Amino acid sequence: MRFSTLLKKPAEWMRSPGPQSDIVMTSRVRLARNLVGHPFPGWARKEDRSVIMEEVRPPLEELSEMKDSFSEEMTKLTALEKQVLVERHLISREHAAKGPGCGTVMNRSQTISVMVNEEDHLRMQAIRPGLQLMSAYRSLDQIDSSLEKELPYAFDHQYGYLTACPTNLGTGMRASAMLHLPGLVLGEQINQTIQGANKIGLAVRGLYGEGTEALANLFQISNQNTLGTDEGEIIEHLDRVITQMIENEKNARMKILEDKPTMMQDQIGRAYAVLKYAHIITSKEALNYLSMIRLGCDLGFVPEEERETINVLLTEIQPAHLQISAKRKLSPEERDILRADIIRTSLNRLTPPDFSTILTERDDDE
Amino acid sequence: MNCDVCQKEKATVFFSQVVDGNLQKVNLCKCCADDKGVTDPTGFALADMLEGMGEETATETAVATDELSCPSCGFSQTDFKKTGRFGCADCYHVFDEGLDGLLEAMHKHTQHRGKVPSTFPDLPEAEINPLPEEPMAPSPLDKLSELKVSLSKSVEDEDYEEAARLRDQISQLESQMGDS
Repeated sequence: MRFSTLLKKPAEWMRSPGPQSDIVMTSRVRLARNLVGHPFPGWARKEDRSVIMEEVRPPLEELSEMKDSFSEEMTKLTALEKQVLVERHLISREHAAKGPGCGTVMNRSQTISVMVNEEDHLRMQAIRPGLQLMSAYRSLDQIDSSLEKELPYAFDHQYGYLTACPTNLGTGMRASAMLHLPGLVLGEQINQTIQGANKIGLAVRGLYGEGTEALANLFQISNQNTLGTDEGEIIEHLDRVITQMIENEKNARMKILEDKPTMMQDQIGRAYAVLKYAHIITSKEALNYLSMIRLGCDLGFVPEEERETINVLLTEIQPAHLQISAKRKLSPEERDILRADIIRTSLNRLTPPDFSTILTERDDDE
Repeated sequence: MNCDVCQKEKATVFFSQVVDGNLQKVNLCKCCADDKGVTDPTGFALADMLEGMGEETATETAVATDELSCPSCGFSQTDFKKTGRFGCADCYHVFDEGLDGLLEAMHKHTQHRGKVPSTFPDLPEAEINPLPEEPMAPSPLDKLSELKVSLSKSVEDEDYEEAARLRDQISQLESQMGDS
């Protein structure tokens, strides 16, 4: 598949809804694997990395799951193309900066992507809409089981899969879900939630992983420990905690609706007004307002069918995506203008939020 | 040999540092060493101390001569401290001293319990006795005291599932030791 085809198709998981997809945007699982007898990518010379690339690429491309895949060396992609892959969560920011001997292989629907020579020889990822960690793991596990017959994995009975960083030792698995938590943010319970998750061995991060800001009220929650617990237990634990967080988020929303319904209407109404009429808008501002419209969908103030539009916009308005659609490099100022144009066009049909349900309830109370 | 700084006391601290490829050596007494902050390697640059070589270079202290390094990939302990990552799969066995402590702090466990590639035969007793054939395996006594420490820690953390697992391991190990 050509890169241009990949770009034209929004990833499957951006469009189709999944279980609990009002709050859980996506579920991702990644496995880290290395080959014996070769230095890890960070310590390898260029030639070592190229040897690995040549060894792993054929079995990867031959996988039935990777039929008609997109497969390219990082040096063959432009900075902009790499940035698009980062914005779609198909490669990491670190991988985008990689040079010779590093590559990326992904399937047509962009549900499976493999980074070659990121921090480990192989970093395989499966992504699903909504809360489906187990299903994501199973699809990846299948690929991993096929590959282990072709590639001599570095494995040890005590330490498990040997990874460049000891933090990934054992299963080499990181499972994560992207949660939309505007209720906990508005209700000022988010810090408490993050600290609670940290205490039980889970990490909570912003939109683009380690050290990134929590934009659009989106948070990634993932396991930190990989050694001493098996894959199923890690996922079960995460599922339990995420289910609890969904519950907390719903309660927080209900509490705001009860205690401060006007504040809620103001937030959503304001978001509608800005997105519908702005002509210059930054990513940060746009993402945060889109989050409010999405909340409006969840609460029934905005038509349900807008959810898909919002989900696609969350990716489409990011800097590299904008420049690909403009087919040229844009200055930040130009991007802010184009972003506002695209949002206005996409939300063209969107009618003002309908808060009558709140008003009825309020009338009932009085 | 007397201290290079005070020239009075006997030198007991010997320091070497590589700056721009040149080896510099200094011999100090305990008193002057403390005084110059040599014991705190982060804030110490040998060049700053030696007159006439006052170049300001913050390079790290090299103890490199007899340092352990991986025969497969040449990675050294210092490289690990710098990057927090290993050079190749073999490094895990070269640098296994102290590794369990690090893993315990990181993962609260030191024994893999997940998927095993089909190409690796199962070790039936892997969980009970993690290193059956390893010549460097810790003695059962060391292992026992290690388990007991982990046990009291897991009780402290109120991780009772883990505590029960450890308790079983301990009693198993104790009965094994009684047998032999």
